Amino acid sequence: MSSILAAAQIDTGDTAWMLVATALVLMMTPALGLFYAGLVRSKNTLNTFMMSIGAIAVALVTWAAFGYSLAFDGSGDLLGGLHYAFLHDVGFTPREGMTIPHLVFFAFQTTFCIITVALVSGAVVERMRFGSFLLFAALWSICVYPVLAHWGFGNGWLMSGGTLDFAGGVAVEMASGFSALAAALVVRHRKDYGRQALLPHNAVYVLLGAGLLWFGWFGFNGGSGFNVGQNSVLAFTNTLITPACTLVVWFALDLIRGRKVTAIGAATAIIVGCVLITPAGGFISPGWAMALGALGALPSYAIIVWRPRTRVDETLDVLAAHGTAGFVGILFIGLVAQRAWNGISDGIVYGNARQLLWQALAALATPAYAFCATFVLLKLLGLAVPLRTSEREEGLGMDVTQHGEEAYASGEGAILVSPESGLEGPRPVAQPSPA
Amino acid sequence: MKLVIGIVRPEKANDVLEALYRAEVRGVSMSRVQGHGGELDRVETYRGTTVQVGLADKVRFEIAVSDDFVDTTIEALCEGARTGDVGDGKIFVVPLERAVRIRTGETDRSAVTPVGGH
Repeated sequence: MSSILAAAQIDTGDTAWMLVATALVLMMTPALGLFYAGLVRSKNTLNTFMMSIGAIAVALVTWAAFGYSLAFDGSGDLLGGLHYAFLHDVGFTPREGMTIPHLVFFAFQTTFCIITVALVSGAVVERMRFGSFLLFAALWSICVYPVLAHWGFGNGWLMSGGTLDFAGGVAVEMASGFSALAAALVVRHRKDYGRQALLPHNAVYVLLGAGLLWFGWFGFNGGSGFNVGQNSVLAFTNTLITPACTLVVWFALDLIRGRKVTAIGAATAIIVGCVLITPAGGFISPGWAMALGALGALPSYAIIVWRPRTRVDETLDVLAAHGTAGFVGILFIGLVAQRAWNGISDGIVYGNARQLLWQALAALATPAYAFCATFVLLKLLGLAVPLRTSEREEGLGMDVTQHGEEAYASGEGAILVSPESGLEGPRPVAQPSPA
Repeated sequence: MKLVIGIVRPEKANDVLEALYRAEVRGVSMSRVQGHGGELDRVETYRGTTVQVGLADKVRFEIAVSDDFVDTTIEALCEGARTGDVGDGKIFVVPLERAVRIRTGETDRSAVTPVGGH
């Protein structure tokens, strides 16, 4: 009986799109791994990529166990309940006001938690122990992400107060950016930071990763309306428009600063543009989305230029690309949201000052919670386990020391260890060629 | 004239360059090499295949210097490359018969003395 009732509320078109969108967003995490892996030195390629894969493993489990329920059960101001813990009562019947099975909603939200955890890893690559990162990922995905997801998406105080956040300016972008800053401060800088040039080792990975992220972002933003309605279509198209405008402005800034347009700058601009439109996607007109992409490039660019001159080794600039652009995107809604486009609310330019107030509250409260909670969490974790590797291991590279693998193994001089021969005794350097 | 060859850990290569620069030794070539110098072998596993990696990545510096710069160069190499663990590398000093600066045709001592240097 209940399944017939459920079927009656479910829209097959909405559900089909949300299934695809979920898969698109899941793909963003390996894409981010590729993007990050290209930005580090070659000896840390696998470890950096594995932090994203590790986020999929850990955050998915904690999310199914507790995170989802803490974010989406009930409408408490600060935190949800535990009714949905271990997916209890998460079935085919849609949530109130929705047209997709509850399980699909859960799956979609899962992919958001995963990529947010993976994003934070950008602050601590090239020196944090892999085991400690997994523990951090587990704790962060229970203590930080669900709280902010509840505030922004799950009927918490920001959402019920009136903050508009289409696809995660609060829970994903500002949360990861300001957590990354805290993580960089606690884990501290790489041993050679500020003394030697630590350069990206493969700009092609960076560009390909950024391209795949943009592709996945159509699911991220386009799916955040949970249907194929007008807001979703608007968000989808704005996801096309905004990053292009950011790219053009970024090219111009690169030209002014160094007389050359850079590839890694372009990859960064794609990310910044996608982040800018994430909160605002379904709420602002395409024209304002273009303005957002262009104007929003400036603060992120400025921070990316300024940050490496400081002692803060927030290695892959999560704060600039995600925290800052998320902050700008959230505030921009308060300025130019248009009821004519979104059917919900106007911004101050269209006569509704209250909207800007609630956007500003989100832009203050989210960074504050994300930074403080992450800082305390890592300080406590640091009391229990060492957060970083030794200087010697850091010098050797994280791939060999953390994983016993190399990204670019040649096989030269590698001797097969057979179970019979074991590892004892002296061994020849080169393996004799087979007769 | 001597050719000083230093084989060091890749992660110490930048430190060596820094030390050489401070010692005012200019005119350096470096290349990536693989070698085995008695360090403990590393074990890596790829799916079911476990291997012992007998060749370690190293960086090889080649520096041609006049006789009175040999000790300075060796000291700089040691200072930059030493960690104290097995695998820090070796320094070889070999006699150098001739050196020619291609641009000017200068030979020997003036060829290995950097322009505007010592």
